[in-house]
Amino acid sequence: MTLLTTLARLEAAVSGRARPLSRVRHCRLAAQPLVIIPLTLAGDPATPVAAMTGTSRYGQQLLVVPQPHSRDLRLGFLVGLARIVLGYIADRQNRTEVLPATKKSEERRRFADAPQVIVPNQAARDYLGLLGRSTRFLPTDGPYAVDPAVPSLGKWLTFLADSADHTGAALLADLTSLLAEHWASGQSPLEDASLAAQLAWIDPPPGMTGLQAALATEDPLRCPPAGPATDPGFDQAILEPLVRRYNRAAQAGKRAGVDRATAEITAALKGQLEPTWDAVWRAISLLRALPETALAGRRWSADKDSFTRFSSYLADGGLPQPRRDHAATAAARLDRLERAQAAYDTERALEDPFVLAELRTSGEAFAGEVVSAEPSRTIITAAGRAVLRPRFTVRTGDPVRLEPGRVLICPAHHRQRVQIADLTRTATDADVVLEVVQGMGTPGRPTPGAVPAIGELVSFTPDPGFFAQRDFPPPEQIPWTHGGPLVRRAVGPGEETPS
Amino acid sequence: MTATDARLDSLRGSTEPLSFTARTIAALTANPGCVRRALMDAAGADKAALATHVGFPQRSGASQSPFALTRGGIFEAQVKASGGADLVRLLRDKLGLDLPEVSYSDLESVGGNTTKKVRYRRTRALLLRAARHPDQAGTLYDHPMLRLQVGGHLAYLEPDVVAFQIQGKFHVVEVKSFAVIDGQADEESVAAAAMQAAAYIVALQDMLTAESLSASAVSTDVILVTPENFSPQATATFIDVRKQVAILRRQLARMARIGVLLDELPSGLTFDLAPDPDGNYTRARGELASALEVVPARYQPRCLKTCELAGFCRDEARAAGALTVLGSVVRDDLGSLDSISTALALASGIRQPSADQADIARALRYVKSISDTLAGGTV
Repeated sequence: MTLLTTLARLEAAVSGRARPLSRVRHCRLAAQPLVIIPLTLAGDPATPVAAMTGTSRYGQQLLVVPQPHSRDLRLGFLVGLARIVLGYIADRQNRTEVLPATKKSEERRRFADAPQVIVPNQAARDYLGLLGRSTRFLPTDGPYAVDPAVPSLGKWLTFLADSADHTGAALLADLTSLLAEHWASGQSPLEDASLAAQLAWIDPPPGMTGLQAALATEDPLRCPPAGPATDPGFDQAILEPLVRRYNRAAQAGKRAGVDRATAEITAALKGQLEPTWDAVWRAISLLRALPETALAGRRWSADKDSFTRFSSYLADGGLPQPRRDHAATAAARLDRLERAQAAYDTERALEDPFVLAELRTSGEAFAGEVVSAEPSRTIITAAGRAVLRPRFTVRTGDPVRLEPGRVLICPAHHRQRVQIADLTRTATDADVVLEVVQGMGTPGRPTPGAVPAIGELVSFTPDPGFFAQRDFPPPEQIPWTHGGPLVRRAVGPGEETPS
Repeated sequence: MTATDARLDSLRGSTEPLSFTARTIAALTANPGCVRRALMDAAGADKAALATHVGFPQRSGASQSPFALTRGGIFEAQVKASGGADLVRLLRDKLGLDLPEVSYSDLESVGGNTTKKVRYRRTRALLLRAARHPDQAGTLYDHPMLRLQVGGHLAYLEPDVVAFQIQGKFHVVEVKSFAVIDGQADEESVAAAAMQAAAYIVALQDMLTAESLSASAVSTDVILVTPENFSPQATATFIDVRKQVAILRRQLARMARIGVLLDELPSGLTFDLAPDPDGNYTRARGELASALEVVPARYQPRCLKTCELAGFCRDEARAAGALTVLGSVVRDDLGSLDSISTALALASGIRQPSADQADIARALRYVKSISDTLAGGTV
């Protein structure tokens, strides 16, 4: 968070309404996302009690486990969830698109769409990962065999949860994080973890301030928590007595009693989930109202690529993802995540004046006035050829923290690249000498407008291409420090046996 | 009764002092700089009842789900079943402890007597004897009753732990029902368990040092027993709680000096809820709220998870326009400033910064100018 966001929080707190941090959306929102709101049993890990799910505002389905400790009922729930998730994914695999060959790659095919799962908050996101961990190793043969759809669900949930660590990926999105990227509320980040409270600041009901509306959401009777943890008061007063009633009926073998208890448990959980269901779709429509950027589409294409890759991995009989990454895989993954984060920040700056402003306040970008220019400057290359290398100087009051040599882009000239040739500071300003290194034309035919005129106001931000992929050694040459040559290991017996 | 005790009793008023558990003692360290909380805890005041009475009932973390409690109970019973057979196996196999023949001593009641004092005396006698004769080690003590001086009060700790002695050292075993999955557990749960274990260790150490025995006879490596992955199978892990012991000791020492804080309060100040014979609280709300406000608090959003009174303090901080309600990042960003209005006045240039505010004021004005340009000066 930068001082700009901090200032927005202060202003939100005083005005009683969230302040926009951005007026564009950097994340693709699918026309048909799959919303999943999971609820879990307190105390046990990955023991679901219910989930509300669906791809449209009025098309929700409710899955319930009336006795969460029963393995059969839990598996029934997971099979039900698997049908929904796998069906949704299969629908995204119906159409393919052809990417024509480029200089770097051959022609290839990929799915024309990708799944997008939306959950209310980060805890729900993590919970789907945990459900994936608990189901992907389940055996499909032997005494504890489960429906093959369940481990398949596990692999997909793991894929989605892993993708969520990748900044800019939109395959699994949590709404509290997305909203916080676009609005600063007048409360603390800890309180922002509640979807209802954050929405209250962004879009309070008529006649209420954000603060009043947010405080009202804290009453679990009026506004049940968005999960996955249920309200302990609800557990105590309603759910636990109903589950006991279910147990009594089941033990006595009373079919009608079991049905009645199941219906009551279902109704109670529906009541807990419905307010969050509404909040989720409110949040989605607030986000949809923001115009999507062009690069969001490009990042979505990357999502389609990884969706296609994982689909074919599974089609080839792909094993469940390992419980822990191999050292080399982990190093590569970490590097990928870091670069994705850095690229995401600079890409957004190109499309979003708010993000550009944030980078300016932290010294990673700057804006200022052109004070001198040498539009026809040429240099002689090592090969003895004269090339055009125009230079110009920008004077800025921004706290620039970029070193000479860095390649920058002006958001107004996407195709051009400039490099910092020199940087001198005075007491209040900095003079940045920039050399155009791409998109300047030749000495005979200079590109018009490649060099800004003296007096023009310009801004520059780091080139996202700077964060291009790094080469890692091929699997067979991984050094022993990182676990040695990578061998694909089969999942051994006894990885996970149900109790 | 000392003057301090009398003063604390009058602060609390006519209700019985709350008894401490390891959980509430661990919570003492959550916000050590908060005088309001330190005083309330030392006096044994019922913060939850006070908060509800002044209109700010605690919402989150107020209670535990019965499902979680049941699971905890079942897991603990399973670990301790048949004289701790499962536990001994874990200690030998997982932690490689060289346990000889083990006997098991349950201190939950002493000849049918379950009062805290009696159980404490029995625990103390047995543990001191063991400490003096380390050669006769090999006993697991279940449900020991420990005692700790907290502020002006003696708190009895009824841990769901087992203490045992091996090679001249006492170890504390804590049984928790949160799962360790692929070697990782929920950070907050582990931190809470470590702090609670520290309370037991401090109590054990104090018991030994009171008899001129060495505190180093208590190991600061706690053995945490938890379910592994998604099965009810138990696993054991060592956690080093030296840091937590130090933090807790510092806070307890601070509470022991509570007299200094009390001296600064106006005489006659009380948080009495004035219950009538039916247990209904009759204290005027406004009066109680004013009494609470006399004692300075140090609200931070994290309090919402750890303190029953947090809703009240948050409201007070909001009314005062304190920066802390916006979270630690905002507070750290603005360094020396403490109110929202000051920060905004410096940003818009309405207010002239003092010498130590010059840097942050310049940064704020710069950010404000950028923000105004973005908003087109209208929003």
